[in-house]
Amino acid sequence: MNMNRQMMKGNEAIAEAAVQAGCRYYFGYPITPQSEIPEYMSKRLPEVGGTFIQAESEIAAINMVYGAAGAGARSMTSSSSPGVSLKQEGISYIAGAELPCLIVNIVRGGPGLGSIQPAQSDYYQATRGGGHGDYRMPVFAPASVQEAVELTMKAFDVADKYRTPTMLLGDGAIGQMMEPVTMPEYKPMEVDKSWAATGWHEGCGRERAIINSLYIEPDRLEALVRKLEAKYKAIAENETMVDLQYMDDAEYAVVAYGTTARIALTAVRNARKQGMKAGLIRPITVWPFPEKVIADAASHLKGVLTVEMSLGQMVDDVRLAVNGQCPVRFFGRTGGMIPGVREVYDQLMSMKEGL
Amino acid sequence: MAKISFDTDACKGCGLCVQACPRKLIQLSTHINKKGYNAAYCTDEEKCVACGMCYQMCPDCVIRVERQA
Amino acid sequence: MATVFERPKFLTDTPFHYCPGCTHGIIHRLVAEVLSEKFRQEDVIGVAPVGCAVFAYNYFNCDMYEAAHGRAPAVATGAKRVHPDKIVFTYQGDGDLASIGTAEIVHAATRGEKITVIFINNGIYGMTGGQMAPTTLIGEKTTTSPYGRTAERNGNPIRISEMLATLDGPSFIARVSVHDVKNVLNAKKVIAKAFEHQAEGKGLSLVEVLSTCPTNWGRSPQEAMKFVAERMIPEYPLGIFKEV
Repeated sequence: MNMNRQMMKGNEAIAEAAVQAGCRYYFGYPITPQSEIPEYMSKRLPEVGGTFIQAESEIAAINMVYGAAGAGARSMTSSSSPGVSLKQEGISYIAGAELPCLIVNIVRGGPGLGSIQPAQSDYYQATRGGGHGDYRMPVFAPASVQEAVELTMKAFDVADKYRTPTMLLGDGAIGQMMEPVTMPEYKPMEVDKSWAATGWHEGCGRERAIINSLYIEPDRLEALVRKLEAKYKAIAENETMVDLQYMDDAEYAVVAYGTTARIALTAVRNARKQGMKAGLIRPITVWPFPEKVIADAASHLKGVLTVEMSLGQMVDDVRLAVNGQCPVRFFGRTGGMIPGVREVYDQLMSMKEGL
Repeated sequence: MAKISFDTDACKGCGLCVQACPRKLIQLSTHINKKGYNAAYCTDEEKCVACGMCYQMCPDCVIRVERQA
Repeated sequence: MATVFERPKFLTDTPFHYCPGCTHGIIHRLVAEVLSEKFRQEDVIGVAPVGCAVFAYNYFNCDMYEAAHGRAPAVATGAKRVHPDKIVFTYQGDGDLASIGTAEIVHAATRGEKITVIFINNGIYGMTGGQMAPTTLIGEKTTTSPYGRTAERNGNPIRISEMLATLDGPSFIARVSVHDVKNVLNAKKVIAKAFEHQAEGKGLSLVEVLSTCPTNWGRSPQEAMKFVAERMIPEYPLGIFKEV
């Protein structure tokens, strides 16, 4: 593998990054716009002694991940919105059983079969724990192919460090576009997986592994959920990521993530050219959400504009963070439509004019 | 000579061993065990030949059969 | 005195939670005996289902998973691919395997996953309170077929072993019963054969075991055994359907 800078399609770059990060077990099902991930893995994993299975469904794929992750291996699956809905059952079980793994969602328009164009309308599902029960999942939202590569590696490490499923949330544009990528050298992390099902016998020095999310006594289940809660607090403290652009003297801020943030950044620059003190707050982790950064900024901002490829999902988190300190406006395109720089710019300008 | 022992407290009194014993040596006790069941017991160990049929049919694995070597 | 019959070491000391006379316990013991005779503890990883056997992880004394409803063959696939040198088995009921998990078992079978599946067919949902199963016989009353199952209203029972035997992936498919001593002894031999197939690296092996549910059938344990012999076996004939 040539490690030099090269042009790579987002989906293929994500897949290669996973292989570099030591993932040897991929289970998935084809769905546009992420099918290059299983295609790439089907070719690449046999070269490194790994296993690729094209599962019979997304449900089976996520349960194969449950099996492989429970057996102590780095494993992953990927899909796009309708397929990720199918995986929610398994993700909930994985969260309950505290198994580390990566789920990639290259989001397309919805609801239903929706479209195959980029969207950000799975934000609620990704950040609220799309499956049943009290759980959360670290969600990384790259804005470039290079960042997708770096966050894929990071997501595996965070998964192992905290024994949690993690998600890479990219929109269809991140998956489909080609950009120059430098594959970073991955430094393997030390991780204790003595909890895994690897074959146990009496006196072997560890407890018998039971990979499980069933706690029939309510006090024991509450104890588990409290344990998860503590873990989520630690993740929020240690793993929140946010990118700030032009925020030092900003009077107005755009909050946007993923591809939308790139469009917003151009709009911010154009607004600056017109003398407007605009800035960009780009959550890199959408859960944990950078609420403190936004709250602190909001205390001296005149207004916040949230831009998403949805009817407005992240804007709920923005409003909670801003907490009434300044006006929050929302602009979104949906159904696979991508906001234009001019549209975002116009929104910023009309905010300044108090319209 | 055989010895057949029941984990009386774990027995659920289903009676499948009673039916399985070819010599009709097993009965359900009139006493009620910890779980509230009439546990099975052997009425005459002298006649037991350790065939293990009771063991084979016990759904709770509460029967242990020993035989003189 | 020499012990000739006792609880096998592949069972923990935890008493089964099953109802009196439920044959899950017999089948657990048979599986545990076969495992004890053939393998070391560290060689085996099991996968429990959803349903009455959901707590099987408390009983089989080896590393265990608890899988989502019907997904045990997918979970076992993941485990076996990571540890191809281990013996991986699933233990699933008929609601789990023959209804919600049909896709997973069919595809694990056709892929020829080198796992062993113990499939318990008692024609009813036990854990949830006696609802109709895909395997419920025509005419049987359950809490969701209160007038008795009819083909028109409820659809027909499904014969999993016959269906899976048409596939190229499985190497061993058999149906056994545990309604009397003779059949229990035979069931053990067949279960042993299924695990041998896995140990030899052949394809998926599955043993369907006709089982009872005295509680939800509304029959005594003895009557339930009779029901298996007289009513179930004619609809679900015993035998080896595939052996490669």
